[in-house]
Amino acid sequence: MTSGDADSVSESAADLDPLIADLLDGNHRALARTITKIENRSPGYRDLVSQLHAHTGDADVIGITGSPGAGKSTLVDKLAATYREAGLTVGVIAIDPASPFTGGAVLGDRIRMASNVGDMDVFFRSMSARGTLGGLSTATTDAVKALDAFGKDKVIVETVGAGQNEVDIVRTADTVVVLVPPGSGDDVQMLKAGILEIADLFVVNKADLDGADRTVSELREMLQLRDGEVEVDGHHGFAEPSVGASDESARERGSAGSDGAAAVGDADDVEPWDPPIVETVADRGEGIDDLIAAMDDHRTYLVESGQLAATARTRYAEEIRTLLREDTRELLAAEIDARGGLAEHVDAVVRRETDPYAVAEELLEPLADCVAERRERD
Amino acid sequence: MSAEQGQRQIRCLVAKVGLDGHDRGAHVIARALRDAGFEVIYSGLHRSPDEVVQAAVQEDVDVLGISILSGAHNTLVPKITDGLAEYGAREDTLVLVGGIIPDDDKDRLREAGVAEIFGPGASMDEMVEYIRANAPERR
Repeated sequence: MTSGDADSVSESAADLDPLIADLLDGNHRALARTITKIENRSPGYRDLVSQLHAHTGDADVIGITGSPGAGKSTLVDKLAATYREAGLTVGVIAIDPASPFTGGAVLGDRIRMASNVGDMDVFFRSMSARGTLGGLSTATTDAVKALDAFGKDKVIVETVGAGQNEVDIVRTADTVVVLVPPGSGDDVQMLKAGILEIADLFVVNKADLDGADRTVSELREMLQLRDGEVEVDGHHGFAEPSVGASDESARERGSAGSDGAAAVGDADDVEPWDPPIVETVADRGEGIDDLIAAMDDHRTYLVESGQLAATARTRYAEEIRTLLREDTRELLAAEIDARGGLAEHVDAVVRRETDPYAVAEELLEPLADCVAERRERD
Repeated sequence: MSAEQGQRQIRCLVAKVGLDGHDRGAHVIARALRDAGFEVIYSGLHRSPDEVVQAAVQEDVDVLGISILSGAHNTLVPKITDGLAEYGAREDTLVLVGGIIPDDDKDRLREAGVAEIFGPGASMDEMVEYIRANAPERR
């Protein structure tokens, strides 16, 4: 907690929601209930989240992803235990899929949390990917905020890494760890298809199994391939900041050459981070210290390169945009309802008297006018 | 439940406590609850009462189903309900017990805060309906 936080607390203490006040006081139940409200999108959850914001920003957020059975939950358990030994508090959000038919889900990640039994300072929360309304990543981001505001030093988000939504969730993390189980070229194929770009760190878990060495070397090869392509364009390896134009051409060539590295990187203007590969045997706790050291390195890199601050800005901008999209949609829905719904317009479209584009324009017109008028007046 | 809480999901914790390795029933129930559209957290085997309480509080479940076949319910169940009370969670958690509970013990469990006891032969539909009807309304 910085002094700035303390100020804002005393200023707004009176208007603070009792639930949030309890949460900031360290009440576990209040934290749990806040997350429930966030998940349910209960009336008033937005006020809760906005009151949380002033108290966030102190936690390291770690994303852990990988195919089912890769050992994510076991690894998270060991990570949490190791952090606890170091005197740090930990929050975990584990996301499991929900049935698209009934909305039901069995959330089983908690079973693996054997090392942190009875330790309330590891706050473990299972969430289901409720999916349908597309708010999954927002809910997760907000839940991370709750844990952050509660004062957790480390927040770990664990999810099966498949699909756009999940990639988004992982992007709320400062450091993204991708788990690769050994022994299948298929997983490396999966990496090619998209997860490669989001990994700050690779973990080959179950490293005692046959094929682990091969997986490590395949991964290394792939990463080198990626680096190699950038290198062709003049060393953009260390210390030398890359030039935007040459970076573009490198990427273009990359996509023409091998599709493996096509979509690599967000064109960092600082020296690039080279994702290390860590071998672990999570259920025996082997390699956990190496992993933590590697994650700390990444954190240091983020801070020193200024990327942490830059990413935070991008993330907030994205968050505002998402909220605006939601709100505008609601505003429009209310406007349409107030004007008697869409049925008549649809009838007209069916009769070929008008078309969907024209209807959309017509409905949006008053809003657009309103906005234009206001902008001129200001 | 109500329309404005469109996304409200009933969350259940299915817990096995103590030295009881029979979890077939718990698995069947977890699946039935999932198929009823609930979110089910399964604790795994051999949990201590403290662990169950920790899970119920952190997961903020509406329903806690304790599966117990070992005969130790008179000791373990009150420990759990007392633990919930410690965190202020006893009032709005629906505590159910499933398993072999002799009639003589049922009153004592109810006094400890158990809402309903489902023995052998209880149907899934009955249980799902009971949960739908009795899951606590949250503030």
